[in-house]
Amino acid sequence: MKSNQEVMVFAEQREGEINSISYELLGKGREMADRLGGDLSSLLIGHEMADTAMELIYHGADRVYLYDHAIFRDLDLLNYKHNVVKLVREVKPEILLLGATHWGRSLGARVATALGTGLTADCTGLEIDHSGNFTQIRPAFSGNVLAHIRTKTKPQMATVRYKVMKSLPRDTNRKGEIIRKNAEVVPSLLTIARKERLEEVNIADAEVIISGGAGLKKAEDFSLLADLAGLLGATVGSSRPPVDSSWIGKEHQVGFSGNTVKPKIYLACGISGSVQHLAGMRESDVIIAINTDPSAPIFKIADYGIVGDLYEVVPKLIEKIKRYRS
Amino acid sequence: MRIIVPLKQVPDMNQVKFDVERGRVDRSSAGTEINPFDLHALEVSVQMKENMGGTVTVISMGPCRAESSLRDALARGADNALLLEDRKFAGADTLATSYTIACAIRKLGKFDLIICGEKTVDGDTGQVGPEIAEHLGIPHIAYVSRLEVREQTMVAQCEMGGRAYTMESDFPVLLTVTKDLNIPRLPGFRDKVKARQVVVEVWGTRELADFVDISRCGVRGSPTRVHRVIIPSEENRKGKIFRNAAEEAIAEIAEDLLRHLN
Repeated sequence: MKSNQEVMVFAEQREGEINSISYELLGKGREMADRLGGDLSSLLIGHEMADTAMELIYHGADRVYLYDHAIFRDLDLLNYKHNVVKLVREVKPEILLLGATHWGRSLGARVATALGTGLTADCTGLEIDHSGNFTQIRPAFSGNVLAHIRTKTKPQMATVRYKVMKSLPRDTNRKGEIIRKNAEVVPSLLTIARKERLEEVNIADAEVIISGGAGLKKAEDFSLLADLAGLLGATVGSSRPPVDSSWIGKEHQVGFSGNTVKPKIYLACGISGSVQHLAGMRESDVIIAINTDPSAPIFKIADYGIVGDLYEVVPKLIEKIKRYRS
Repeated sequence: MRIIVPLKQVPDMNQVKFDVERGRVDRSSAGTEINPFDLHALEVSVQMKENMGGTVTVISMGPCRAESSLRDALARGADNALLLEDRKFAGADTLATSYTIACAIRKLGKFDLIICGEKTVDGDTGQVGPEIAEHLGIPHIAYVSRLEVREQTMVAQCEMGGRAYTMESDFPVLLTVTKDLNIPRLPGFRDKVKARQVVVEVWGTRELADFVDISRCGVRGSPTRVHRVIIPSEENRKGKIFRNAAEEAIAEIAEDLLRHLN
């Protein structure tokens, strides 16, 4: 496939609202397109979204391909795939980026396969060197390894993790064109019978997370962590054991099978630090651990650690913070 | 109900060692096991077979030693096991892996459901399932956390972007499932003995000759290449560990917390 050095960002939206990952990708995509000397485009698929298309331009896109059709009021996998594939074949971008959300990973895999190109999952770094080689960096082995990956087919596709790229400030002076495309409709095969909004605990957005683990003795003891969280404007998190015991909802779970987080401060209380848990929080700016076992793996990646009982340490910490504040 | 469960043998992640200096992953000291996510796919498949009748076929692509994981799957209730083993399959990325597995599924013939784990603990892409579906031209539903199967159709619940979707589909369809779906059973002694009597079929390029284009398998068929591996060290962390909860420790941490908040 001949390429024209265009970097394309798939804009993810739900019910007309753009997912912030798409703005982050436009921020990174702008930098990459400038390095390659090409354009940055965005692909927006939805229904009645012309105003939103302008937002993508305000955030860095030179061009927006807009698909407007009632079939895209909701997630229709095969129709999304069909139209993304068709556009990519027509435009032949050098690089195509999607957010590593559930939807991005699910759709991206199908698009890449239909195009017969490579897809690198869940990237935390994207680099273009002097010769224009594109390297995708991603964690593997439950976050213990960073693999640098290159793709020999076009477009070079990657899904990118939330909150690792920076979006550009919204600038209404930015100019760009909106190109309306006609959607081709194919059989859906899947039917959405029902859809409910889930209670939103945006733990991935939290700046400070106070997490509890197997060191907690009963469900009610999360209130101790909630007290500290309240004091610091933090969100309460959890490792897997308390979630498995139904002491706290799954939406609070941090780890390989839960949420990946990158807060300014991660305070782990009574969490030993299994490989699976560390995979979800090792990117945190500052890690503080409280655990009775001095050999707990969590101490290996901690900036600060206290070998001690959380039931003793957390109340003292609360008291100390209150004293400093007053 | 004909159900296919693709599964992967992975190293036990708690035992894998990472050589920071040489950037090498040492799996030799680690035992192997079925990718933990795949156990939930297997469990739901076996339950379905027990309730509605049918067969569960497990497929794995990998070296000869992956047979032990297939045998483990048989002990956990699968009926047939197929190992895709050939030097030409080695070094495959997700595109080549999903292609090879999809070709084998074509050769197996008619099926109703393919059920995969949502991702693996080593590769962690979550792509192979949806990619198999695309190769086979069937729909897929990813990240399924609840499932109800009837004679001709199924209802699955999955979470995407802060919403729970209830999806309906006819067969054939591919699902990738999360750990919330069930608690996998442990095989008993009798199950293990029974599993030993089943022949694990092995297919290579010869057996798949009429179904597979060899240039799309293994390293040759893989558009992505691992160019470098870096094992990040944690040495940039302060690593200040206090042996007890003395006043000084509490004070330093409290100050640090407040400093980062301002």
